[in-house]
Amino acid sequence: MKDARNLKRERLAPATYVLLAAVLLVTMILCVCAGSVRISPGDTVTAVWNTLWGKPVPENIAKNIILNVRLPRVLCVALSGASLSLCGAAMQGLLRNPLADGSTIGVSSGASLGALIAMATGFTLPGSAYGGVMVLAMLFAFGSLVLILSLAYALDRSLATNSIILIGVIYTMFISSIISLIITFSSEHVRSLNFWTLGSFSGVNYDQVKLLCLALIICGGILLHLGDELNAFAIGEDNARHVGVNVKRVKLIVLITISVLIGVCVSISGTVSFVGLVMPHIARMLVGPNHKRLLPASLFSGAIFLLLADLTARTLMSPVELSIGVVTSLVGAVAFVIIFYRTGKAG
Amino acid sequence: MLRGDHITVRYGEHTVVDDVSFQLEEGQWLMLAGPNGAGKSTLIEAIAGGAVYTGRIELGGKDIRSLKSGQLARKIGVLSQKNTVSYAYSVEEVVGLGRYAYRQGILSGGQDEDKEQVERALRLTGLEDLRRASMLTLSGGELQRVFLAQVFAQDPEILILDEPANHLDINYQQQIFSLIGDWLKTPGRAVLSVVHDLSLAKRCGSHAILLNNGKCEASGRIEDVLTPANLDRVYDMDVSAWMKGLLSQWL
Repeated sequence: MKDARNLKRERLAPATYVLLAAVLLVTMILCVCAGSVRISPGDTVTAVWNTLWGKPVPENIAKNIILNVRLPRVLCVALSGASLSLCGAAMQGLLRNPLADGSTIGVSSGASLGALIAMATGFTLPGSAYGGVMVLAMLFAFGSLVLILSLAYALDRSLATNSIILIGVIYTMFISSIISLIITFSSEHVRSLNFWTLGSFSGVNYDQVKLLCLALIICGGILLHLGDELNAFAIGEDNARHVGVNVKRVKLIVLITISVLIGVCVSISGTVSFVGLVMPHIARMLVGPNHKRLLPASLFSGAIFLLLADLTARTLMSPVELSIGVVTSLVGAVAFVIIFYRTGKAG
Repeated sequence: MLRGDHITVRYGEHTVVDDVSFQLEEGQWLMLAGPNGAGKSTLIEAIAGGAVYTGRIELGGKDIRSLKSGQLARKIGVLSQKNTVSYAYSVEEVVGLGRYAYRQGILSGGQDEDKEQVERALRLTGLEDLRRASMLTLSGGELQRVFLAQVFAQDPEILILDEPANHLDINYQQQIFSLIGDWLKTPGRAVLSVVHDLSLAKRCGSHAILLNNGKCEASGRIEDVLTPANLDRVYDMDVSAWMKGLLSQWL
């Protein structure tokens, strides 16, 4: 029997993934082509294809720009977007909160503070130039998440949306002031990194691509494996426990995984806000809230969104490059208000 | 089947459940009755693993603290007082989560069994036509039926209910309690439920525990526990006169 309340998205999910993958590929090619030096899509594909298969690249193609400047950046942006969006989707499921995201609940700010402290103090790990930045970013991300959730729990045991967002906003403001203090009293080098607090992929290389790729494969694999558990949490923590989910274990795994992934992203590109807030909602509109479909769709949509945001940041006021966080925040803030309004009406 | 010995639950200095013991046997429907704040829901949460307690709760002779989450979920199903959903899951997806405890591990298999149990649960609760409906479009009664179907799909031996029809109209109340009554008819099953409606408790229950201020005031067969003398003492009012007065409106 047909019912007007029936959902149709399950049948559409496979086609949606094919479409998202195609859009991602086209967007990546577009992003490599666009810039101060225009490159044709054909040249881009030829340069990448020939290099992949060890064939020589024709001399009339700007190989250096494609392979050493734009491609690593495009890959970094796509991987970061996918990671941040995946973290947002997982966090929104775990906390049963459609407004949860690394940037709205202060985790990204915490990671930024950790990264900045590492830069200001020159903290490094043996054998890795930016290992110290990354480790402190991860630790501060996890610490921030635990602190914010503990404060929210002390304030309101139901961990209501508004409590978490309120504490997240206050925490972000607090961390921002500490970041400003550190920048003010630091060396010129650290002061020059101020732009980095708004996010930037300028100057990234293949080392960072490999790192992001590794983090996304490990952390993404873990999160994608927890689709059922996140579904149970998204319905309610009590319900999750009642159906047999080990809630403490799953919560800890998800929080650590999210912190690691956000920490890696922030240590490479700084704070890029709102990707994890907005894109899971778009993915949810396409494939529904089931995390087995939502998490993969969030990966694609996050990558596409951040690629387009980076393209806008690079080309809108060319030759001046905007921080990518400016673009994502402008779009994200509007989306945040719409989602908050819709959540309020539904609730 | 389920046995609690000297269960005590404290929140800080406040003792919510104070040295309560109980026993639930096959075929029984044990009603937890008592005024607000008596500790009924907290006792249920302790059994379901949501509250820290002292004492011992045994399931089939084993301490439930020694059971893994999945093992416990295969034995005990819990239906909460009020369930809400924030995202547009389909009815089938929510009912299917009831099979979570059976499909842990990559090689767990059993997909046919899972499908069969979900179908059975949907059929039992009359939700077959709503299987693809969004949870956000359902009424309170339909929502509660979906979560009851989830518990049925879980295929437990013991059903624990915390005021399952508290905010539902009488039509849904009747539906929910009939469904649970039918479920209990299969051998090897038992029900433990919190109820505020004493008439409903007397009609459906076989045994009862009367709680007040966290302490057990009486326990045993329902007709021996929910007596006028016990109820008057616990509720500090003439319960029988009040109930008769209400009933007389319909006579």
